[in-house]
Amino acid sequence: MKLKRRSFIGTSAAAAAVLSAPMVRAAGHGKPRVVVVGGGAGGATAARYIAKDSDGAIDVTLVEPSRVYYTCFFSNLYIGGFEALDDLGHTYGTLASDYGVNVVHDWAVGVDRDARTVSLAGGATLPYDRLILSPGIDFVDDAVPGWDVSAQDVMPHAYKGGTQAALLKAQIEAMPEGGTFAMVAPPNPYRCPPGPYERISMVAHLLTQINPTAKILIVDPKEGFSKQALFEEGWQKHYGGMIERIGPDFGGENVEVNPDAMEVSIDGSVESVDVCNVIPAMKAGRICEMAGITDGRWAPVIPATMQSRMDENIHVLGDASQQGDMPKSGYSANSQAKVAAMAVRGALTDSRVFPAKFSNTCWSLIATDDGVKVGASYEATDEKIAKVDGFVSQTGEDAALRKATYEESLGWYSGITSDMFG
Amino acid sequence: MLRAATTSLVFALATFLALAASASEIGDPEKGKILFRKCATCHQVGPTARNLLGPHLNNIFGRKAASVDKFRYSRSLERAGNDGLIWTLETLDPYILNPRTLVSGTRMNFDGLEDPQDRADVLAYLRTYSASPADIPEAEPTAVPTEVTLAPEILAIEGDAAYGEYLSSECKTCHRADGEDAGIPSITNWPPEYFVLAMHAYKQKLRPHPVMQMMAGRLSDEEIAALAAYFETIE
Repeated sequence: MKLKRRSFIGTSAAAAAVLSAPMVRAAGHGKPRVVVVGGGAGGATAARYIAKDSDGAIDVTLVEPSRVYYTCFFSNLYIGGFEALDDLGHTYGTLASDYGVNVVHDWAVGVDRDARTVSLAGGATLPYDRLILSPGIDFVDDAVPGWDVSAQDVMPHAYKGGTQAALLKAQIEAMPEGGTFAMVAPPNPYRCPPGPYERISMVAHLLTQINPTAKILIVDPKEGFSKQALFEEGWQKHYGGMIERIGPDFGGENVEVNPDAMEVSIDGSVESVDVCNVIPAMKAGRICEMAGITDGRWAPVIPATMQSRMDENIHVLGDASQQGDMPKSGYSANSQAKVAAMAVRGALTDSRVFPAKFSNTCWSLIATDDGVKVGASYEATDEKIAKVDGFVSQTGEDAALRKATYEESLGWYSGITSDMFG
Repeated sequence: MLRAATTSLVFALATFLALAASASEIGDPEKGKILFRKCATCHQVGPTARNLLGPHLNNIFGRKAASVDKFRYSRSLERAGNDGLIWTLETLDPYILNPRTLVSGTRMNFDGLEDPQDRADVLAYLRTYSASPADIPEAEPTAVPTEVTLAPEILAIEGDAAYGEYLSSECKTCHRADGEDAGIPSITNWPPEYFVLAMHAYKQKLRPHPVMQMMAGRLSDEEIAALAAYFETIE
């Protein structure tokens, strides 16, 4: 941990002081400047809300390498054949034209916290008064022995949207009759807790149609997982006999892969597979480490404002943040972005600041018209973002409710993407 | 015109919530039969009953909303049924006071019965067209809100629109700001009184949707008023 350059903001008193501090005027230039790194559910939402609600009083720059951003949420539905990949792609044109966000397609490669600048791969340096980091996840090196990112074209992770999802789907479609699809599931905490299991459902749905004698093997280091009873009920009902899960009791945490030979070794026993989806352990997007604001794998934040506990001028959103009870999800990132946007405007333009509220819902599709959901509301305490109340779909629900839940998830996709990109 | 209509609606809502307990007691079916003439333009009951503009009402108690075979319901009522809305004394009572309390987009265009005794009488009449009226409890003590939580002064709270704007950002994760419905209902262009009505119905769990019950459940009366004030300012 690098604490030397700025005082550590670790107490509620300090957090309150930040909130009530007099307006921070940007010295030496006109408008206060906000730089947002990462144009996903956290970053795009934050950029849009700050630009929209400050009515041009804050200069907002969004740094995102992709010109077309493919959402990771709903990528499983693309694999299952329920969504077209093109429909999951979004551009930043409206953020620029309608909200005045300065969109820069480049990689952020460094943060100088003393000078308050972000350096870009293309050579530019962006000064900021507040920096918002919403870089999503990266993978932990050597998390799965035998796998590193150089193997991602052979054994895809497909845990970032776009090309990886397309590759995985193409591999599944090319499987030999009766072949084996294997997934190495990640340990906690990771992006989208039900995601790997929704993916299994969608792979099973696809295989049932094109390769019904194929097998699915999940190698899982975790005892249990999100919405487990719902998924297992659905797998039994729709894909009986196709899916096998090996948990830690049977060696699921002792796994190695060999991409060259297309082999998976589970507790020393070697299996030949046709497709291998490796989802390694995760950590905050690399820029957080470069900025020196991580503690372990994630970037701890003050719940009320999403400010880094290491640097009051940096806010961290979404998957990269370590905040407490909220799952790492697009919905959570979008919810956190609104709290951070309000805090940033309050600090830079003296606008009113209200108590933070957070919420999350994760919908998953198990089979055609068989949708389930889990969700909760949260509040900021001194120590963490704490769960207040929640709900989860029940096993045995009737088909009409499951269909309605699926249709609701389509509505949510439309809602959140319009909330992110305008 | 709208103002007059909504004012009486708000008054009726306050009355309903204040008198919720009395409405759970079964009324006089004979009086209900006369009152039912208001309903009979659209709804039939009895052995020869068929669907008219509205579905027949035989065996309505315990029935899932929007579940009469071959009747074409509004999307809104279908959603409510799928979410788990079941017709009971407790849910029919606010529905015949003002259908929109429970289902914002219902096609049931009914001015409502403001007198709780009238509602109890109509429900008592409908109860005689159930297969086994004796099985329908005269009162459902566990299902009836035990506490009156919405008083007229709560409805009179003047909302802080700026706070409402912040709170509304939470709605916009799912409900599109441009009012388009791609699977989640539009909430724009909504008279503020209806908004308050709907949110309190979720908060009191009269409306079944779990996400909305959770969202509304943690909103204070002031926060609901703030949201209503904000929604009043947008197109």
